[in-house]
Amino acid sequence: MTALEVASSVRDPELPVLTLADLGVLRDVTERDGKVLVTITPTYSGCPALEEMGADLRRSLRSAGFADVEVRTALSPAWSTDWISEAGLRKLREVGIAPPSRIGPRAVGPVPLNLVPPASRVVCPRCGSARTTEISRFGATACKALRRCADCAEPFEHVKEL
Amino acid sequence: MSFDNAYESLIDHEDAHWAFGTGFTEALSGVDRAVPSTVDAQDLFAYCLMLGDDALVLAQRLAEWCSRAPELEEDVALANIALDLLGQARLLLTRAGEVEGTGRDEDALAFLRDEREFRNVHLAEIECGPFAGGDFATTVARLLVFSSWRLALFSRLRGSADPVLAAVAEKGVKELAYHRDHAAQWVVRLGDGTEESHRRMVAGVARVWPYVEELFTRHAVEARLPGVAVDPATLRSEVDGVLDAVFAAAGLTAPEPVPAARVNGRAGRDGVHTEAMGYLVAELQHLHRSLPGATW
Repeated sequence: MTALEVASSVRDPELPVLTLADLGVLRDVTERDGKVLVTITPTYSGCPALEEMGADLRRSLRSAGFADVEVRTALSPAWSTDWISEAGLRKLREVGIAPPSRIGPRAVGPVPLNLVPPASRVVCPRCGSARTTEISRFGATACKALRRCADCAEPFEHVKEL
Repeated sequence: MSFDNAYESLIDHEDAHWAFGTGFTEALSGVDRAVPSTVDAQDLFAYCLMLGDDALVLAQRLAEWCSRAPELEEDVALANIALDLLGQARLLLTRAGEVEGTGRDEDALAFLRDEREFRNVHLAEIECGPFAGGDFATTVARLLVFSSWRLALFSRLRGSADPVLAAVAEKGVKELAYHRDHAAQWVVRLGDGTEESHRRMVAGVARVWPYVEELFTRHAVEARLPGVAVDPATLRSEVDGVLDAVFAAAGLTAPEPVPAARVNGRAGRDGVHTEAMGYLVAELQHLHRSLPGATW
Protein backbone atom coordinates (compact mmCIF):
# COMPACT_ATOMS: atom_id res chain seq x y z
CA MET A 1 0.00 0.00 0.00
CA THR A 2 1.17 3.52 -0.65
CA ALA A 3 1.45 6.02 2.19
CA LEU A 4 -1.58 7.82 0.79
CA GLU A 5 -3.65 4.63 0.85
CA VAL A 6 -2.63 3.89 4.44
CA ALA A 7 -3.32 7.45 5.63
CA SER A 8 -6.64 7.52 3.78
CA SER A 9 -7.85 4.42 5.62
CA VAL A 10 -7.24 5.80 9.15
CA ARG A 11 -10.54 6.40 10.92
CA ASP A 12 -11.75 9.48 12.71
CA PRO A 13 -11.58 8.93 16.49
CA GLU A 14 -14.93 10.59 17.17
CA LEU A 15 -16.84 9.46 14.07
CA PRO A 16 -15.18 6.08 13.47
CA VAL A 17 -17.58 5.31 10.63
CA LEU A 18 -15.62 7.87 8.60
CA THR A 19 -12.01 7.77 7.49
CA LEU A 20 -9.97 10.94 7.79
CA ALA A 21 -10.18 11.15 4.00
CA ASP A 22 -14.02 10.89 4.09
CA LEU A 23 -14.12 13.67 6.66
CA GLY A 24 -11.95 15.91 4.50
CA VAL A 25 -9.38 16.61 7.21
CA LEU A 26 -6.61 14.71 5.41
CA ARG A 27 -5.20 17.44 3.21
CA ASP A 28 -2.00 16.04 1.78
CA VAL A 29 0.30 13.02 1.89
CA THR A 30 3.74 13.24 0.28
CA GLU A 31 6.48 10.65 0.23
CA ARG A 32 10.04 11.70 -0.44
CA ASP A 33 13.32 9.88 0.22
CA GLY A 34 11.58 7.42 2.53
CA LYS A 35 10.00 10.19 4.61
CA VAL A 36 6.22 10.60 4.75
CA LEU A 37 4.75 14.05 5.40
CA VAL A 38 1.03 14.06 6.26
CA THR A 39 -0.96 17.30 6.52
CA ILE A 40 -4.25 17.38 8.41
CA THR A 41 -6.55 20.25 9.33
CA PRO A 42 -8.71 20.66 12.46
CA THR A 43 -12.50 20.67 12.15
CA TYR A 44 -12.85 23.21 15.00
CA SER A 45 -10.04 25.29 16.59
CA GLY A 46 -10.37 23.40 19.86
CA CYS A 47 -10.98 19.94 18.42
CA PRO A 48 -9.41 17.55 20.96
CA ALA A 49 -9.42 14.71 18.41
CA LEU A 50 -6.66 16.35 16.40
CA GLU A 51 -3.89 14.88 18.51
CA GLU A 52 -5.51 11.45 18.37
CA MET A 53 -5.62 11.70 14.59
CA GLY A 54 -1.91 12.50 14.47
CA ALA A 55 -1.05 9.59 16.77
CA ASP A 56 -3.26 7.18 14.79
CA LEU A 57 -1.70 8.29 11.50
CA ARG A 58 1.84 7.78 12.81
CA ARG A 59 0.96 4.39 14.26
CA SER A 60 -0.74 3.12 11.09
CA LEU A 61 1.99 4.34 8.79
CA ARG A 62 4.73 2.85 10.96
CA SER A 63 3.04 -0.52 11.10
CA ALA A 64 2.73 -0.37 7.29
CA GLY A 65 6.51 0.00 7.10
CA PHE A 66 6.96 3.76 6.88
CA ALA A 67 9.53 4.48 9.58
CA ASP A 68 9.90 8.21 9.14
CA VAL A 69 6.55 9.97 9.50
CA GLU A 70 5.77 13.61 10.20
CA VAL A 71 2.23 14.88 10.75
CA ARG A 72 1.61 18.57 10.26
CA THR A 73 -1.47 20.62 11.00
CA ALA A 74 -2.61 23.25 8.53
CA LEU A 75 -5.11 25.90 9.61
CA SER A 76 -5.75 27.48 6.27
CA PRO A 77 -7.86 27.06 4.26
CA ALA A 78 -10.31 26.43 7.10
CA TRP A 79 -12.14 23.10 7.09
CA SER A 80 -15.73 23.06 5.92
CA THR A 81 -18.35 20.34 6.09
CA ASP A 82 -18.48 20.73 2.30
CA TRP A 83 -15.21 18.76 2.32
CA ILE A 84 -16.93 15.61 3.63
CA SER A 85 -17.06 13.20 0.70
CA GLU A 86 -20.28 11.87 -0.81
CA ALA A 87 -19.33 8.46 0.60
CA GLY A 88 -18.85 10.13 3.99
CA LEU A 89 -22.34 11.65 3.90
CA ARG A 90 -23.81 8.25 3.03
CA LYS A 91 -21.90 6.48 5.82
CA LEU A 92 -23.12 9.04 8.38
CA ARG A 93 -26.72 8.51 7.30
CA GLU A 94 -26.31 4.74 7.53
CA VAL A 95 -25.31 4.91 11.21
CA GLY A 96 -28.16 7.26 12.11
CA ILE A 97 -26.32 10.59 12.02
CA ALA A 98 -27.91 13.24 9.80
CA PRO A 99 -25.22 14.57 7.47
CA PRO A 100 -24.65 18.30 6.91
CA SER A 101 -26.20 20.05 3.92
CA ARG A 102 -23.87 21.44 1.31
CA ILE A 103 -23.24 25.13 1.92
CA GLY A 104 -21.49 26.19 -1.26
CA PRO A 105 -19.49 29.40 -1.60
CA ARG A 106 -20.01 31.83 1.26
CA ALA A 107 -21.04 35.44 0.87
CA VAL A 108 -18.38 37.95 1.85
CA GLY A 109 -19.09 40.75 4.36
CA PRO A 110 -20.73 40.64 7.79
CA VAL A 111 -22.07 37.27 8.90
CA PRO A 112 -25.88 37.40 9.08
CA LEU A 113 -27.49 37.00 12.51
CA ASN A 114 -29.96 34.14 13.05
CA LEU A 115 -32.47 35.07 15.73
CA VAL A 116 -34.39 31.86 15.22
CA PRO A 117 -32.81 28.57 14.17
CA PRO A 118 -32.73 28.68 10.36
CA ALA A 119 -35.39 26.69 8.49
CA SER A 120 -34.20 23.13 8.58
CA ARG A 121 -33.53 20.84 5.69
CA VAL A 122 -32.45 18.09 8.08
CA VAL A 123 -34.19 14.80 7.41
CA CYS A 124 -34.54 12.12 10.09
CA PRO A 125 -31.90 9.48 9.31
CA ARG A 126 -34.12 6.72 10.71
CA CYS A 127 -37.53 7.28 9.10
CA GLY A 128 -36.83 9.93 6.47
CA SER A 129 -39.31 12.45 7.87
CA ALA A 130 -38.58 16.12 7.22
CA ARG A 131 -40.40 17.10 10.44
CA THR A 132 -37.40 17.44 12.74
CA THR A 133 -36.53 20.03 15.38
CA GLU A 134 -33.32 21.07 17.05
CA ILE A 135 -33.04 20.08 20.72
CA SER A 136 -29.59 21.51 21.23
CA ARG A 137 -27.20 23.35 18.95
CA PHE A 138 -24.26 21.67 20.65
CA GLY A 139 -24.10 17.90 20.97
CA ALA A 140 -21.64 15.32 22.29
CA THR A 141 -18.87 16.72 20.11
CA ALA A 142 -18.27 20.24 18.82
CA CYS A 143 -19.27 19.28 15.29
CA LYS A 144 -22.70 17.85 16.10
CA ALA A 145 -26.12 19.18 17.12
CA LEU A 146 -28.89 17.14 18.73
CA ARG A 147 -32.28 16.91 17.00
CA ARG A 148 -35.53 15.00 17.36
CA CYS A 149 -37.92 13.61 14.76
CA ALA A 150 -41.58 14.58 15.20
CA ASP A 151 -42.79 11.45 13.37
CA CYS A 152 -40.76 8.57 14.79
CA ALA A 153 -39.98 10.54 18.00
CA GLU A 154 -36.36 9.40 18.01
CA PRO A 155 -33.58 11.82 18.90
CA PHE A 156 -30.61 11.83 16.53
CA GLU A 157 -27.35 13.63 15.94
CA HIS A 158 -26.71 16.02 13.10
CA VAL A 159 -23.30 17.11 11.84
CA LYS A 160 -23.67 20.91 11.75
CA GLU A 161 -22.87 22.82 8.60
CA LEU A 162 -19.61 24.69 9.06
CA MET B 1 -7.08 1.12 16.76
CA SER B 2 -8.30 -1.55 19.13
CA PHE B 3 -7.32 -2.15 22.74
CA ASP B 4 -7.80 -5.02 25.16
CA ASN B 5 -9.47 -2.74 27.65
CA ALA B 6 -10.89 0.75 27.55
CA TYR B 7 -8.24 2.24 29.83
CA GLU B 8 -5.40 1.34 27.51
CA SER B 9 -6.71 3.75 24.94
CA LEU B 10 -6.33 6.54 27.48
CA ILE B 11 -2.65 5.97 28.15
CA ASP B 12 -1.33 4.70 24.84
CA HIS B 13 -0.21 8.02 23.43
CA GLU B 14 3.08 8.81 21.84
CA ASP B 15 3.35 12.48 22.61
CA ALA B 16 -0.11 13.49 23.69
CA HIS B 17 -0.52 14.43 27.33
CA TRP B 18 -3.98 15.64 28.07
CA ALA B 19 -3.17 18.21 30.69
CA PHE B 20 -0.10 20.04 29.45
CA GLY B 21 2.41 19.86 26.67
CA THR B 22 0.04 18.46 24.11
CA GLY B 23 2.44 18.58 21.20
CA PHE B 24 0.40 21.36 19.67
CA THR B 25 3.39 23.45 18.63
CA GLU B 26 2.96 22.41 15.03
CA ALA B 27 -0.52 23.90 14.96
CA LEU B 28 0.68 26.77 12.87
CA SER B 29 2.89 24.80 10.53
CA GLY B 30 0.65 25.07 7.49
CA VAL B 31 0.88 28.84 7.18
CA ASP B 32 3.69 31.28 6.54
CA ARG B 33 4.97 32.13 10.01
CA ALA B 34 7.47 34.83 9.16
CA VAL B 35 6.78 38.11 10.93
CA PRO B 36 5.87 40.65 8.22
CA SER B 37 8.86 42.95 7.68
CA THR B 38 6.95 46.13 8.51
CA VAL B 39 5.89 44.82 11.90
CA ASP B 40 7.55 45.23 15.28
CA ALA B 41 7.71 41.75 16.82
CA GLN B 42 6.99 43.01 20.35
CA ASP B 43 3.83 44.76 19.17
CA LEU B 44 2.67 41.65 17.33
CA PHE B 45 3.43 39.60 20.47
CA ALA B 46 1.31 41.99 22.54
CA TYR B 47 -1.55 41.90 20.04
CA CYS B 48 -1.61 38.09 19.92
CA LEU B 49 -1.72 38.09 23.73
CA MET B 50 -4.69 40.47 23.74
CA LEU B 51 -6.78 38.32 21.42
CA GLY B 52 -5.55 35.09 22.98
CA ASP B 53 -6.21 36.21 26.55
CA ASP B 54 -9.76 37.38 25.69
CA ALA B 55 -10.51 33.82 24.55
CA LEU B 56 -8.61 32.02 27.32
CA VAL B 57 -10.25 34.01 30.12
CA LEU B 58 -13.78 33.74 28.77
CA ALA B 59 -13.26 30.00 28.18
CA GLN B 60 -12.35 29.70 31.86
CA ARG B 61 -15.49 31.63 32.86
CA LEU B 62 -17.77 29.56 30.64
CA ALA B 63 -16.27 26.31 31.93
CA GLU B 64 -17.39 27.32 35.44
CA TRP B 65 -20.95 26.62 34.26
CA CYS B 66 -20.22 22.98 33.59
CA SER B 67 -22.72 20.92 35.67
CA ARG B 68 -24.42 24.15 36.86
CA ALA B 69 -26.32 25.32 33.77
CA PRO B 70 -30.16 25.41 33.78
CA GLU B 71 -30.33 22.23 31.70
CA LEU B 72 -27.99 19.48 30.55
CA GLU B 73 -27.98 20.65 26.92
CA GLU B 74 -26.83 24.07 28.07
CA ASP B 75 -23.97 22.54 30.07
CA VAL B 76 -22.83 20.94 26.85
CA ALA B 77 -23.36 24.08 24.77
CA LEU B 78 -21.38 26.37 27.09
CA ALA B 79 -18.61 23.78 27.38
CA ASN B 80 -18.45 23.49 23.58
CA ILE B 81 -18.25 27.26 23.20
CA ALA B 82 -15.52 27.34 25.84
CA LEU B 83 -13.65 24.65 23.92
CA ASP B 84 -13.78 26.66 20.69
CA LEU B 85 -12.44 29.70 22.52
CA LEU B 86 -9.74 27.64 24.20
CA GLY B 87 -8.71 26.37 20.78
CA GLN B 88 -8.46 29.94 19.49
CA ALA B 89 -6.48 30.91 22.61
CA ARG B 90 -4.00 28.07 22.07
CA LEU B 91 -3.30 29.14 18.49
CA LEU B 92 -2.92 32.79 19.45
CA LEU B 93 -0.71 32.12 22.48
CA THR B 94 1.42 29.73 20.42
CA ARG B 95 1.85 32.49 17.85
CA ALA B 96 2.58 35.03 20.62
CA GLY B 97 5.32 32.83 22.06
CA GLU B 98 6.82 32.18 18.66
CA VAL B 99 6.90 35.90 17.78
CA GLU B 100 8.31 36.85 21.19
CA GLY B 101 11.23 34.54 20.52
CA THR B 102 12.27 33.76 24.10
CA GLY B 103 11.07 30.17 24.06
CA ARG B 104 7.76 30.62 25.87
CA ASP B 105 5.07 28.28 24.56
CA GLU B 106 1.28 28.37 25.00
CA ASP B 107 1.51 26.66 28.40
CA ALA B 108 4.16 29.04 29.74
CA LEU B 109 2.00 31.98 28.66
CA ALA B 110 -1.26 30.57 30.03
CA PHE B 111 0.02 29.16 33.31
CA LEU B 112 3.09 31.15 34.28
CA ARG B 113 2.11 34.78 33.80
CA ASP B 114 0.83 36.86 36.70
CA GLU B 115 -2.46 38.72 36.69
CA ARG B 116 -0.93 42.03 35.57
CA GLU B 117 0.59 40.37 32.50
CA PHE B 118 -2.81 39.31 31.10
CA ARG B 119 -4.09 41.59 28.34
CA ASN B 120 -7.77 40.62 28.10
CA VAL B 121 -10.66 43.07 28.17
CA HIS B 122 -12.60 43.34 31.45
CA LEU B 123 -15.77 41.96 29.86
CA ALA B 124 -14.15 38.51 29.62
CA GLU B 125 -13.14 38.32 33.28
CA ILE B 126 -16.08 39.71 35.29
CA GLU B 127 -18.17 37.25 37.31
CA CYS B 128 -21.43 36.62 35.49
CA GLY B 129 -22.29 33.40 37.29
CA PRO B 130 -22.79 30.64 38.22
CA PHE B 131 -21.30 31.99 41.44
CA ALA B 132 -22.30 34.99 43.53
CA GLY B 133 -22.90 38.19 41.59
CA GLY B 134 -23.95 36.37 38.46
CA ASP B 135 -26.88 34.76 36.80
CA PHE B 136 -27.48 32.71 33.66
CA ALA B 137 -29.11 35.73 32.01
CA THR B 138 -26.01 37.79 32.78
CA THR B 139 -23.84 35.09 31.23
CA VAL B 140 -25.82 35.10 27.98
CA ALA B 141 -25.77 38.92 27.95
CA ARG B 142 -21.98 38.82 28.20
CA LEU B 143 -21.73 36.07 25.57
CA LEU B 144 -23.91 38.06 23.17
CA VAL B 145 -21.82 41.22 23.51
CA PHE B 146 -18.49 39.38 23.46
CA SER B 147 -19.24 37.10 20.52
CA SER B 148 -20.87 39.90 18.46
CA TRP B 149 -17.75 42.01 19.00
CA ARG B 150 -15.25 39.23 18.41
CA LEU B 151 -17.09 38.04 15.29
CA ALA B 152 -16.97 41.55 13.81
CA LEU B 153 -13.29 41.77 14.76
CA PHE B 154 -12.35 38.36 13.33
CA SER B 155 -14.31 39.05 10.12
CA ARG B 156 -11.91 41.94 9.47
CA LEU B 157 -8.86 40.13 10.83
CA ARG B 158 -9.20 37.61 7.97
CA GLY B 159 -7.57 40.31 5.85
CA SER B 160 -4.64 40.84 8.26
CA ALA B 161 -1.16 41.25 6.80
CA ASP B 162 -0.04 38.64 9.35
CA PRO B 163 -0.86 35.31 7.68
CA VAL B 164 -1.18 33.51 11.01
CA LEU B 165 -3.73 35.97 12.42
CA ALA B 166 -5.61 35.78 9.11
CA ALA B 167 -5.74 31.97 9.28
CA VAL B 168 -6.82 31.91 12.95
CA ALA B 169 -9.55 34.44 12.14
CA GLU B 170 -10.78 32.54 9.08
CA LYS B 171 -11.33 29.49 11.27
CA GLY B 172 -12.70 31.43 14.24
CA VAL B 173 -15.35 33.34 12.29
CA LYS B 174 -17.37 30.18 11.66
CA GLU B 175 -17.25 29.21 15.33
CA LEU B 176 -18.10 32.68 16.62
CA ALA B 177 -21.14 32.87 14.33
CA TYR B 178 -22.55 29.84 16.18
CA HIS B 179 -21.71 31.38 19.57
CA ARG B 180 -23.42 34.65 18.71
CA ASP B 181 -26.54 32.93 17.39
CA HIS B 182 -26.73 30.77 20.50
CA ALA B 183 -26.45 33.78 22.84
CA ALA B 184 -28.88 35.87 20.75
CA GLN B 185 -31.53 33.16 20.82
CA TRP B 186 -31.26 32.92 24.61
CA VAL B 187 -31.50 36.70 25.01
CA VAL B 188 -34.70 36.70 22.92
CA ARG B 189 -36.12 33.70 24.81
CA LEU B 190 -35.48 35.27 28.21
CA GLY B 191 -36.18 38.90 27.30
CA ASP B 192 -39.44 37.98 25.58
CA GLY B 193 -40.33 35.26 28.12
CA THR B 194 -41.90 35.58 31.53
CA GLU B 195 -41.94 38.63 33.75
CA GLU B 196 -39.18 37.08 35.86
CA SER B 197 -36.97 36.09 32.92
CA HIS B 198 -37.43 39.57 31.41
CA ARG B 199 -36.45 41.22 34.68
CA ARG B 200 -33.31 39.10 34.93
CA MET B 201 -32.38 39.69 31.29
CA VAL B 202 -32.67 43.46 31.80
CA ALA B 203 -30.48 43.14 34.91
CA GLY B 204 -27.98 41.00 32.99
CA VAL B 205 -27.58 43.53 30.20
CA ALA B 206 -27.21 46.33 32.77
CA ARG B 207 -24.51 44.32 34.58
CA VAL B 208 -22.30 43.90 31.50
CA TRP B 209 -22.94 47.32 29.95
CA PRO B 210 -20.16 49.22 31.82
CA TYR B 211 -17.64 46.91 30.09
CA VAL B 212 -18.78 47.64 26.53
CA GLU B 213 -16.88 50.89 25.90
CA GLU B 214 -13.49 49.25 26.48
CA LEU B 215 -14.15 46.92 23.53
CA PHE B 216 -14.14 49.79 21.07
CA THR B 217 -11.22 51.76 22.53
CA ARG B 218 -8.14 51.57 20.35
CA HIS B 219 -4.95 50.66 22.21
CA ALA B 220 -1.51 52.03 21.31
CA VAL B 221 -0.39 48.55 20.22
CA GLU B 222 -3.30 48.33 17.77
CA ALA B 223 -2.51 51.79 16.47
CA ARG B 224 1.09 50.74 15.78
CA LEU B 225 -0.03 47.72 13.71
CA PRO B 226 -1.96 49.15 10.75
CA GLY B 227 -2.90 46.44 8.29
CA VAL B 228 -2.16 43.74 10.87
CA ALA B 229 -4.45 44.67 13.77
CA VAL B 230 -8.08 45.72 13.50
CA ASP B 231 -8.97 49.16 14.86
CA PRO B 232 -11.78 48.24 17.29
CA ALA B 233 -13.41 51.65 16.88
CA THR B 234 -14.37 50.58 13.35
CA LEU B 235 -16.46 47.68 14.73
CA ARG B 236 -18.91 49.88 16.59
CA SER B 237 -21.67 50.34 14.05
CA GLU B 238 -21.77 46.68 13.02
CA VAL B 239 -21.90 45.48 16.64
CA ASP B 240 -24.48 48.10 17.63
CA GLY B 241 -26.62 47.00 14.68
CA VAL B 242 -26.50 43.37 15.80
CA LEU B 243 -27.27 44.19 19.44
CA ASP B 244 -30.14 46.50 18.45
CA ALA B 245 -31.68 43.74 16.32
CA VAL B 246 -31.45 41.24 19.18
CA PHE B 247 -32.76 43.69 21.76
CA ALA B 248 -35.69 44.67 19.54
CA ALA B 249 -36.71 41.01 19.16
CA ALA B 250 -36.25 40.47 22.91
CA GLY B 251 -38.28 43.50 24.03
CA LEU B 252 -35.20 45.13 25.55
CA THR B 253 -33.57 48.50 25.04
CA ALA B 254 -29.84 49.14 25.04
CA PRO B 255 -28.83 51.05 28.17
CA GLU B 256 -27.14 54.44 27.88
CA PRO B 257 -23.38 54.14 27.29
CA VAL B 258 -21.32 53.95 30.48
CA PRO B 259 -17.75 55.34 30.36
CA ALA B 260 -15.15 52.60 30.70
CA ALA B 261 -13.55 52.32 34.14
CA ARG B 262 -9.82 53.06 33.90
CA VAL B 263 -6.94 53.53 36.31
CA ASN B 264 -4.75 56.41 35.10
CA GLY B 265 -6.17 55.75 31.63
CA ARG B 266 -5.29 52.07 31.75
CA ALA B 267 -7.54 49.01 31.63
CA GLY B 268 -7.44 45.32 30.67
CA ARG B 269 -5.27 45.77 27.58
CA ASP B 270 -2.58 47.28 29.87
CA GLY B 271 -2.85 44.54 32.49
CA VAL B 272 -5.02 46.57 34.89
CA HIS B 273 -7.89 44.28 35.82
CA THR B 274 -11.00 44.13 37.97
CA GLU B 275 -10.99 42.53 41.41
CA ALA B 276 -12.36 39.28 39.94
CA MET B 277 -9.27 38.59 37.84
CA GLY B 278 -6.84 37.49 40.53
CA TYR B 279 -9.17 34.72 41.70
CA LEU B 280 -9.72 33.57 38.13
CA VAL B 281 -5.99 33.40 37.40
CA ALA B 282 -5.37 31.54 40.67
CA GLU B 283 -7.88 28.85 39.75
CA LEU B 284 -6.65 28.64 36.17
CA GLN B 285 -3.01 28.22 37.16
CA HIS B 286 -3.10 26.45 40.49
CA LEU B 287 -2.53 22.90 39.28
CA HIS B 288 0.30 23.76 36.92
CA ARG B 289 2.06 25.94 39.47
CA SER B 290 1.74 23.38 42.26
CA LEU B 291 2.69 20.40 40.14
CA PRO B 292 4.85 21.76 37.31
CA GLY B 293 4.61 19.69 34.14
CA ALA B 294 1.87 17.48 35.57
CA THR B 295 0.37 15.00 33.11
CA TRP B 296 -2.35 12.43 33.42
